[in-house]
Amino acid sequence: MPRRERRSVVAVDAVGPYTLLRLARGGLDPGTPGQFFMLEAPGRLLPRALSLCLAPPGELAFLLDVVGPGTAALAALEPGDAIHVFGPLGNGFQLAVERPLLVGGGIGMAPLPYLAEALPGAPVVLGFRSERHAEAAALLPGAEVVVEPTFVTEVIDTARDVLACGPEPMLQAVAELCPDAQLAWEAPMACGYGACYGCAVEIGGELKRLCVEGPVLRAAA
Amino acid sequence: MRLLNASGCLDALAAPGVARQLDAYVTKTITPLPREGNAPPRIAETAHGMLNAIGLANPGRERFVSHTLPRLTELLDIPIWVSVGGFSADDYAETCAGLDRDAVAVIELNLSCPNVDEAADGAAEIVAACRAVTAIPLYAKLSAAHPDVAAVATAVADAGADGLSLINTLRGSALDPRTLQPVLARTTGGLSGPSLKPIALATVHACYAATHLPIVGMGGVTTGQDALELVACGARDVALGTILFSDPDAPSRVRAELADASARVGVAGPDEAHAVAHDPERTPLRERSVTA
Repeated sequence: MPRRERRSVVAVDAVGPYTLLRLARGGLDPGTPGQFFMLEAPGRLLPRALSLCLAPPGELAFLLDVVGPGTAALAALEPGDAIHVFGPLGNGFQLAVERPLLVGGGIGMAPLPYLAEALPGAPVVLGFRSERHAEAAALLPGAEVVVEPTFVTEVIDTARDVLACGPEPMLQAVAELCPDAQLAWEAPMACGYGACYGCAVEIGGELKRLCVEGPVLRAAA
Repeated sequence: MRLLNASGCLDALAAPGVARQLDAYVTKTITPLPREGNAPPRIAETAHGMLNAIGLANPGRERFVSHTLPRLTELLDIPIWVSVGGFSADDYAETCAGLDRDAVAVIELNLSCPNVDEAADGAAEIVAACRAVTAIPLYAKLSAAHPDVAAVATAVADAGADGLSLINTLRGSALDPRTLQPVLARTTGGLSGPSLKPIALATVHACYAATHLPIVGMGGVTTGQDALELVACGARDVALGTILFSDPDAPSRVRAELADASARVGVAGPDEAHAVAHDPERTPLRERSVTA
């Protein structure tokens, strides 16, 4: 069951151009890889949805890219600050796969370190837009890294069970190649628990709430 | 004073634990036919409010009555208020006629959605058409955007409304600072959140003075103090909207804060402060300062 707790910041680490926000776990369940949490963004009206990146003992860690005032507020947190955290929410990856391949693009690599712990030995392919962004691959030692103009879709083994997260064009390209892939999507969310209907995406020709139907969906859905 | 959710701000089927903190649950607006709602992006955050352009996404009245309402009844042991919308007085009345008095405590007529194009008939005409076909109490949800909302309140009271729900969101827009293009696919959406509170207070105050009907006050309620102030303006009950998105525990928290806020102004509970803003003689603090 998701819970909402006020958690303190343990550390805020730079990972290439991204920020790893590490919070004290408290009584929160880290959930299944691919699930997400709503993090209070200080000074903002609405919380921000972030998938769990890592769950070291006693911590929950979130990888974020500063794209607006909410993520900027989260990146500006300092150790000892406290924010409300609500989760885990949504549906994560199905882990019962025979030949997993983890594929991440840019900040979409966020849920993969925690996923990799659940699928030990699974190969990982990460794609980034620049060498600087590729520094974040340090969170996944052993990953195959490509940098634009090379795309992940040029190097992945499509015969494997692909579990992917990344920008929409990447996910659409992966879906074309691998109809059975599990894809973690993103949409603006106000609530994260099915209340606001803000995160509607088209699934199977219908608009559905990504927070309750996803965020991980089958490519062919 | 009862604590409700604002229509469209909570799905009790997805989050029954949140709904059970309330004294009554208000459904998302039901229209005659199913509606998928507007294309995404549907929400945007602004400095002091949120914009939504959901567009009355709902399963339509047939499926609502056959599927959603029975599941809600089974899941919740609090009264269920059904929000009804449409594009003509007949639309509203036909939906009202299909609702069972045993399952529905109150019908809230949504006469003020800012996110659909089709113009509804006059508010009083819709209320009269619904009054003719149902004995279920009718609350008219009005927009503060009307230049004389108190006159609309009087008209719907004369047409048979049992109460008022005040206020709905107000139309606004937000631009992406990098592209100067509207964030919402529909360009505009309904503004909600703390920026609405002063407007809600003014509207509740004016409509209570004009009608003395029971009012569900809403608009920017974040704390127990906000709820108490709406009650002081004349709201009999209070609904939570946008705060539910950031704080699913808000109903329990606001209720606890209400007790504290009431004690601070020297009343036993919010009901004792009902409409005091209309009558300086009843101001509890003033009484207390006189005796001090």
